[in-house]
Amino acid sequence: MEERNLTCINCPMGCSLKVKIYDDKIEVEGNICSRGREYAENEVTNPKRTVTSTMKVIGGERSVVSVKTSGEIPKKNIFDLMKIINDKSVNAPVKIGDVLIEDVFGVNVVATSNVDKL
Amino acid sequence: MERDLVIIGGGPAGLAAAIEAKEKGIDDILIIERDKSLGGILNQCIHNGFGLHIFGEQLTGPEYADRFIKKALDLGIEYCLNTMVLNMSKDKTITVLNEKEGLFNIKAKAIICAMGCRERTRGALNIPGTRPSGVFTAGAAQRFINMEGYNVGKEVVILGSGDIGLIMARRMTLEGSKVKMVLEIMPYSTGLKRNIVQCLDDFDIPLKFNYTVVKIHGRERLEGVTIAKVDENRKPIAETFEYVKCDTLLLSVGLIPENELSREAGVEIDRVTSGPIVTEAMQTSIDGIFACGNVVHVHDLVDFVTMESRLAGRMAAKYIKGQLKKDEEVINTKGIDGIRYVVPHKINPENVEDNVNFFMRVDNVYKNVIIYAEHDGQVIYKAKKSMVSPGEMESIKIKKDVFQNIKSGEIKFGLRRA
Ligand SMILES: Cc1cc2nc3c(=O)[nH]c(=O)nc-3n(C[C@H](O)[C@H](O)[C@H](O)COP(=O)(O)OP(=O)(O)OC[C@H]3O[C@@H](n4cnc5c(N)ncnc54)[C@H](O)[C@@H]3O)c2cc1C
Ligand code: SF4
Repeated sequence: MEERNLTCINCPMGCSLKVKIYDDKIEVEGNICSRGREYAENEVTNPKRTVTSTMKVIGGERSVVSVKTSGEIPKKNIFDLMKIINDKSVNAPVKIGDVLIEDVFGVNVVATSNVDKL
Repeated sequence: MERDLVIIGGGPAGLAAAIEAKEKGIDDILIIERDKSLGGILNQCIHNGFGLHIFGEQLTGPEYADRFIKKALDLGIEYCLNTMVLNMSKDKTITVLNEKEGLFNIKAKAIICAMGCRERTRGALNIPGTRPSGVFTAGAAQRFINMEGYNVGKEVVILGSGDIGLIMARRMTLEGSKVKMVLEIMPYSTGLKRNIVQCLDDFDIPLKFNYTVVKIHGRERLEGVTIAKVDENRKPIAETFEYVKCDTLLLSVGLIPENELSREAGVEIDRVTSGPIVTEAMQTSIDGIFACGNVVHVHDLVDFVTMESRLAGRMAAKYIKGQLKKDEEVINTKGIDGIRYVVPHKINPENVEDNVNFFMRVDNVYKNVIIYAEHDGQVIYKAKKSMVSPGEMESIKIKKDVFQNIKSGEIKFGLRRA
């Protein structure tokens, strides 16, 4: 059995959760309501995050454009995704919503700001 | 030059106020922004989590700002960039400077102050030691990384657990820096829980409560800091001094409303918020000068900035049309028993729309409390809260009819045990 301590982020109470992970089940303690259990179960089985960062821009009035993943990706892939984003660049102009990288870890990487041509 | 409405600051507050005033029939509006684009501080806040209340979805800062910029442009609202307001006077004349036109004056019928806030710096903290490079406010580092595209350091210590510091801990980690620890002098964080979990816990970055930096080391570049635990009086404990090697120190130790202009004009300032004293209409102590957003009090959610600023825009429009009632008899508000401040400070019931949204902050973390409002010994509002914290602004809505019976005196807001 593995034990993990988590903080529920679904409301300001921020319950401290103790999660016991057995082979066939997961036990959660410390949650005041059921949302805490659900949160803990997701966090230990398949944690996911939206990633925001910046990407290099060539020929723009700014040298980087802000980007985000169009959905959540597995938490364990965050640094792999960062490497892919940092290895890429895009030519100006860039518009909000432009898809800059397609289909990585099940999502797209899209621009979240505008960068005009220099 | 003469204008009906001048708005100082083109951040989310200024934009929302301008849009609302335009929609309420004021055509002659000018937004003045010192930066090279509209959007204010949101342009550098590239993380998501903005707009849940207003749009029901999670946007990044630039996306949230863009929705308002587009709307303002669609409505044909005039604005000038790279233009700084240097002075504001009681008679609503402002002195403005930009490269193209030099120095000039604008006389306005009404002004909305939407200058936002700035960060406290090391100067405000007085950490002894050298003055090497590598010490940044968290917001300055945010701007370098997110707007200019270069990371500011490799081994990082962050002082203060406010949201900007937490967000930057994650951001620098993603860009390959080693964030060694976040130090918080208080026994609790003023940052949102969600940020502590997703910015620190996710990357195993330790958050040390009751800790501070007591000395800065290094000649040209920062080489390290001495950290220490503090006692109940926030005095460093000598036996706990510890040297931590780092090339970067980020300060995330709070924001202060930017009110030099307001002070010069003689606008009355609240000592607790460092922002102007405002009425139900977001009007300051000077007739026709309004204020909204972080210039009034520091908000943690931009959604509330937007709501407050729409109100300011509506009321400024009324003022210009001569429809805003003068404050002859007003109700004052006050925080007691655990409530540090309340905004707005004064209520003229005649100008209240459907209700008044009171914003307030508590002075400590409390569990299972009742927030109440009383007037003349009578409770006019109460609500149970399982938890309140200085890091999360409380907002309370009181309906118009409550104010019909009480036309003067004082409404006190406080906390008591449930
Ligand atoms: C570094 C930093 C990071 C933040 N991160 C977050 C976050 O992650 N999430 C969140 O919800 N809130 C965040 N905040 C709070 C955020 O400021 C508010 O949510 C919101 O942006 C406030 O809007 P505003 O329009 O009042 O101020 P601002 O966005 O600061 O806009 C004020 C504008 O006024 C302009 N201005 C000021 N003085 C003058 C002058 N004299 N002449 C002309 N123009 C002037 C400024 O250039 C600026 O564009 C952050 C604040 C700071 C300082
Ligand atoms: S478990 Fe329920 S009460 Fe506790 S923090 Fe999560 S949502 Fe809030």
